[in-house]
Amino acid sequence: MTTMRLLPFAIFSALTASAQAAEQPTTEELKKALEEQAKKIEQLEAKLNTTIEAMEATPTSNTNSRTNIGGYGELHYNNFGTQEDIDFHRFVLFISHKFNERLRFFSELEVEHSYSGEGKPGAVELEQAYVEYDVNNSTTLKSGLFLVPVGLLNETHEPDTFYGVERNPIEKNVIPTTWWEAGASASFRFGEGLTLDFAAHSGLEVDVADFDIRGGRQKVAKANADAFAYTTRLKYTGVPGLEVAAVIQHQDDITQGIADASAQLFETHVAYQSGAFGLKALYAQWDIDSELADNLGKDKQNGYFVEPSYKLSEEIGFFARYSVWDNEAGSASIVDTENRQVNVGVNYWLHPNVVFKFDTENRLGAQDGSGYNVGFGYQF
Amino acid sequence: MKALAALFLLMLSFPSFSNEEVYLSPDKFIDKTFSEEPEQHYFWLTKPHKSKVSSILGRKPNQIRIKYWGKGVRTAWILDEIGKEQPITVGITVEEDKIKGLHVLIYRESRGYEVKQSFFTEQYIGATLDKKLDLTQNIDGITGATLSVRALNKLARVALYLHKQSPFSRHEQTAALDKS
Repeated sequence: MTTMRLLPFAIFSALTASAQAAEQPTTEELKKALEEQAKKIEQLEAKLNTTIEAMEATPTSNTNSRTNIGGYGELHYNNFGTQEDIDFHRFVLFISHKFNERLRFFSELEVEHSYSGEGKPGAVELEQAYVEYDVNNSTTLKSGLFLVPVGLLNETHEPDTFYGVERNPIEKNVIPTTWWEAGASASFRFGEGLTLDFAAHSGLEVDVADFDIRGGRQKVAKANADAFAYTTRLKYTGVPGLEVAAVIQHQDDITQGIADASAQLFETHVAYQSGAFGLKALYAQWDIDSELADNLGKDKQNGYFVEPSYKLSEEIGFFARYSVWDNEAGSASIVDTENRQVNVGVNYWLHPNVVFKFDTENRLGAQDGSGYNVGFGYQF
Repeated sequence: MKALAALFLLMLSFPSFSNEEVYLSPDKFIDKTFSEEPEQHYFWLTKPHKSKVSSILGRKPNQIRIKYWGKGVRTAWILDEIGKEQPITVGITVEEDKIKGLHVLIYRESRGYEVKQSFFTEQYIGATLDKKLDLTQNIDGITGATLSVRALNKLARVALYLHKQSPFSRHEQTAALDKS
């Protein structure tokens, strides 16, 4: 009875199994299907790789753009008792373009003191516009309007890279930073951190009434090119954190044909950062070969500063700076013409490229007064 | 004035031989890094990794995957980061979760070339990452090349982080052994 009842199921199972056997793909068919799938996966992978590579090579990404925009700016508040000023001292835009791997253009356009025009305190200045060409791995040539290779600040003066709201007074009154001229230069890198720069360029044109170096900058604005200048710098950066440099500049005639006054600038500096400790020191001196300058005591103008610093963390650093300078160092007068200044302060980096600054300033010697400076700066 | 003219003439007189500032080609860097043929891999920057890499770089990475080479407990990474304006291409070897070597392969910035020199790059040897993803060793900078130094520091940190997440990390290999 039981057998009879199971019989239909047995017949059904046998029929189904035979139907399934008929549909079962052969090993050959399975192999073919797998091969087709592998091929499709390979094609998809190739398409995916091509898409990703195209995405990564998109010219909209910064790394592939030939033209770059950058800039920096700084706002200063100075409080010296009765004299209080607030000034957006510098707003600068950089535009550069890479023509090919060896040839580049670089420019810097600045709005100084925020508002320029007739009778206004500010100015619009073209501070750099040059083409740079790599001759080989160790030689670079430059032509156009460029920053004179001298001092610590002249070529690198973005506010987040130095301590103090205002730039040090030596690189203002003795070296007239920011100092740009037009001409050509060559830079030779000898390896192990030794670099020689030579630049032939336009020169200063000081007024024979005061031989004021800073006032002698012609800024390459319809500049008098009667006499040129030549700058040579030897720089050593062969130890991490260290820079030692010496600069000699010769100007054929610093009065551009008025007083036949040749002039030599000698400058040397050291900057060292080891861990949290930093030290900067700079000395600069002008020797002007002119009787007129001699009579004014301006034939020798010199100065130096020493600036130790300590970085408490990536965000906070403290510094102290002692500066001495004299723009009438050749004077035989008993009147003290030497200026001294002590600045002590702090930098707070909100971001590696954004800095807030505070420092106190005590003016001594031929100048006097004391006060404090507050500022912020950025670069991008 | 004569010196100025001489400089211009000097500029014109140089032959135009090819010269991108390539100090070590990426292929040679890989050949030098491994004695045997390494495996080439892609590290996919999935969301958590992208977030960590972004925090190191201070920006979102451009890639969605990063090519690297590995063998044993050693990996090699070729990474780019902008110094001031131009990308610096750097080859970094990581072994047992520490930097074994760092080489600037291509330098395109006009200032701060010192970062490619061995007296500077040797400072990275032995560096690893702390919990905050910072380098455990102090790197003394180059005056006037702050941004290039910063770029190299970031790339060193990225390579160490990615290595640690890769199957070539000692950490990952120990974890795999523990599971088995």
